[in-house]
Amino acid sequence: MCLAIPAKIVELYPEDQALVEVAGVRRHVNIGLLQEEQPAAGDWVLVHVGFAMSKISEEQAQDQIRVLKMLGEQDAAEEEARNYGLNDS
Amino acid sequence: MKFVDEFREPEVIAKASAEIQRLADPNRHYRLMEVCGGHTHAIYRFGLKDLLPPNVELVHGPGCPVCVLPMGRIDDALSIAAQGNVIFAAFGDMMRVPGANGSPLQHKARGMDIRIVYSPSDALRLAVQNPEKHVMFFAIGFETTAPSTALTLMRAKKDGIKNFLVFSNHVTIIPAIRAILDSPDMRIDAFIGPGHVSTVIGCRPYEWIAKNEGRPIVVSGFEPVDVLQAIVMLLRQLDKGDAKVENQYTRVVPWEGNRAALKAIGEVFELRPYFEWRGMGFISQSALSIRPAYAEWDAEKRFQVPGVRVTDPKAAQCGEVLKGVLKPAQCKLFGKECTPEHPIGALMVSSEGSCAAYYNFEYRKAAALAGTPS
Repeated sequence: MCLAIPAKIVELYPEDQALVEVAGVRRHVNIGLLQEEQPAAGDWVLVHVGFAMSKISEEQAQDQIRVLKMLGEQDAAEEEARNYGLNDS
Repeated sequence: MKFVDEFREPEVIAKASAEIQRLADPNRHYRLMEVCGGHTHAIYRFGLKDLLPPNVELVHGPGCPVCVLPMGRIDDALSIAAQGNVIFAAFGDMMRVPGANGSPLQHKARGMDIRIVYSPSDALRLAVQNPEKHVMFFAIGFETTAPSTALTLMRAKKDGIKNFLVFSNHVTIIPAIRAILDSPDMRIDAFIGPGHVSTVIGCRPYEWIAKNEGRPIVVSGFEPVDVLQAIVMLLRQLDKGDAKVENQYTRVVPWEGNRAALKAIGEVFELRPYFEWRGMGFISQSALSIRPAYAEWDAEKRFQVPGVRVTDPKAAQCGEVLKGVLKPAQCKLFGKECTPEHPIGALMVSSEGSCAAYYNFEYRKAAALAGTPS
C-alpha cells in the first residue's frame, strides 16, 4: 500500500484521468494531485494507490524500479498495478 | 556487507559507511529513529545495520499505518459490514490484520462480502457497479494516502454516488512524532524523516522538531545510499550541535510539499479531537475524520458504530515495539506465538511492520544458520 510505483504517461484524458504504462501494463490512473505540474505524454510519475503523486525524471523512475526490485517488492508492485481498475479496463 | 554487491554504487556506500564510522563519537550512543515503515523495511532488507558502528542504533518508528491501527477499528468496520447489504473494500495489507473476532479475510470465509481494492477509486467503481449495495472503503494511511481518498470522495459527491461510504482511519505523522518526543521512556537523538509522506506535507511541518525540541531531522529516500547519506547528515549535525531540517530526498520531495494534495485533504477532512493509536494510547488531533459537508459518505455517520475497544493480548508488546522501547525479538511472543504466518499483532503482518521485517530478514537467516527450520 505504501509503495510508490513509477509509471509513464501514455495519454491524457478529461477529468484528471491518464492512461499510463506501469509495470508492463497499461492502466488508468488519476492525475488530479499534479495540478501544479501538469504532466504530458511521455512524462514519468510516481503512482501511489492509483493516484500520481509527483512528476519525476526518467532516471528517478529507473532508480525507483530498482529500489522496488531490491526490496523484493516488485511482484507486489506489479500485482497492484495490474489490478488498478479492478482488472477490467 | 552482504548486500553490497547488488548496490548500484558500492563505492558511494563504502564511503558513506566510512564517514559514519568517522563521525560517530565512540564515547556516545546515538539513537536515530526512522519514522517511516518503508525505511524500516529497507534497513532490514539491505542489512544496513551491519554497515553502522554498534553505537549508532536505529530505532523503528510508528510510520506503518496498518501497525498503529487499534484492533477495535477493524471490529467497528466489520460490524458495519455485518449490518447487511454492505461490500467491505480494503487494501490487501488489511486483509490479514486480526480483529477481536478474526481478520477481514476470516470474515470473508464466513460469508461476508469483502473485496481487495488497490485504489480508493476502484472502491468507488465497485459502488457504481453495485447500486443495490453500500460499498464501504476502509481508508487507511498517513498523508501519502489521504489525498487519494479525498479526491475519491470529491468525485463521489460530484457524481452523486450515494451508496459509496468511507470509514476513515487516516492518521497524521506529526502528532505521532510529538507523542514519541513527549514519552518519558524514549530518548531519540535525531530522526530520519519519511520520504513519501513528505512529498505531500513538505519539510516545513518538521521545523518544530529542530527548533523547539533541538533534534535534527533529515527527510530521506529509500535506497541504501539514501538512508546512509541521511545518517551522515544527522551525525554531522549532532557533531556540530546543530538541529536543522534537511532534505536528502530532493529529487522527489519539494520543500513546500504538494499543494493540490494538501488542498484536497483540507476540503474533505478535519482533525479528530483525538484518536487511539495501537500501543501509544490516545493522541490529540492525530487523525482525520470526514467533514460535515461529506457526511453522507461518512460510514461512521451513516451507520451505528459500536466503538469497540480491544486491548492487545497481554503478552504481546506491540506498543513497546512501536515506540521503539523494545526491539521486535525482545517481545515475549516474537517468533513463537506470533509469526508472519500466524500474526497476533499487526507489526507482524505488514511488510513495513518492524516485526515482519525483522522476522523475514534477520530471524529466518539466523535460524537457517543455526540449522533449525524456520
